[in-house]
Amino acid sequence: MSAFSLPPLPWPDNALEPHISARTIGFHYGKHHQTYVDNLNKLVAGTPLAALALEDIVKQTAGQADKAGVFNNAAQVWNHTFFWNSMKPNGGGRPAGKLAKAIDESFGSFDAFKTAFTDAALTQFGSGWAWLIAEGGKLKVVKTPNADTPLARGQKALLTCDVWEHAYYLNYQNRRKDFVAVFLDKLANWEFAVKQL
Amino acid sequence: MAHELPKLPYAFDALEPHVDARTMEIHHGKHHAAYVHNLNAALEKHPELQGRSLESLLADLSKVPEDIRTAVRNNGGGHWNHSLFWQWMAPKSPGKPVGAVAKAIDAAFGGFDAFKEQFGKAAVGRFGSGWAWLCVKDGQLCVCSSPNQDNPTMKGVADCVGAPVLGLDVWEHAYYLKYQNRRADYIAAWWNVVNWEKVESLYVAAR
Repeated sequence: MSAFSLPPLPWPDNALEPHISARTIGFHYGKHHQTYVDNLNKLVAGTPLAALALEDIVKQTAGQADKAGVFNNAAQVWNHTFFWNSMKPNGGGRPAGKLAKAIDESFGSFDAFKTAFTDAALTQFGSGWAWLIAEGGKLKVVKTPNADTPLARGQKALLTCDVWEHAYYLNYQNRRKDFVAVFLDKLANWEFAVKQL
Repeated sequence: MAHELPKLPYAFDALEPHVDARTMEIHHGKHHAAYVHNLNAALEKHPELQGRSLESLLADLSKVPEDIRTAVRNNGGGHWNHSLFWQWMAPKSPGKPVGAVAKAIDAAFGGFDAFKEQFGKAAVGRFGSGWAWLCVKDGQLCVCSSPNQDNPTMKGVADCVGAPVLGLDVWEHAYYLKYQNRRADYIAAWWNVVNWEKVESLYVAAR
């Protein structure tokens, strides 16, 4: 049975400098993301779950107390891959085309979306994620604690910002607000987001 | 009267090399200060609560008005936990439990090393942000962990209820600048700065 592996980063580890340092990416991708992959492989080895796709493991183990370890690691593998794709060098700013239109329709304006996304990211107490999602033909902003993910809630994720402290602590320490602003202004990969629509 | 950030009982660099000065400065001066600030901001909406002790608010959060309940739980919990956390560390640690709590740890866990292993397991196993605890419950010592800024004094909220006599912050902000992803290394180093006299006095009061 083939084990899960760490997918390659979509850019070099220093590509998001100075906003996110190569050192942060080195730990975040090379240690945290890798550890989730390793733990997942250990936990599913020799079980029926090992035959499933990552997405299916996340969906099938969500909400099951006795599968919390598998869910946490599987969801974190998926969330982190999605997070790397949610950023790019020289990203950020406003989306164009049909995503811009969908954001205006759902939030009233791009600025209103930014406010909602920032609020979700700052009020996720403890570890977690802020997301732009599509649900029921509408775009929404949601926040999820720890490993929880829209994938487990039947929602389609478009873009995410990791607000676990490890995502920003080496660069921003307690200033999560500065990190989220930089994510939206300099890093958000709207081309990736529109492909998820 | 508004809640206040307590003064750190030692210098920022007093716990070096186990806990570094920069971490202490940000942890106390920014994170803890923010919990105090946000707690006071929440309580401003309910002047009738302003004379209440933090302990009494946390002990029965169901009686805290719903519009500020989560803010009091998170920020009041953060204020209480950190206020004790600073006291649970000291530059001159005896390195191992002292007095009655030393005997009680031996009796409950089969020795200090066995206790450290169980406590460390709770601390490493807390997924996301949270705390590991040594508590007195019904006269017995027990180890548990709680998410975010919850603690065992929060009846009806915490999975583990009891009187905390020792707590370890395993939010990433507590160790990331020095230990990054290596939470287990942080825990191993932290045993060098545990203030066992403080643990003893809390144990004697709670047993």
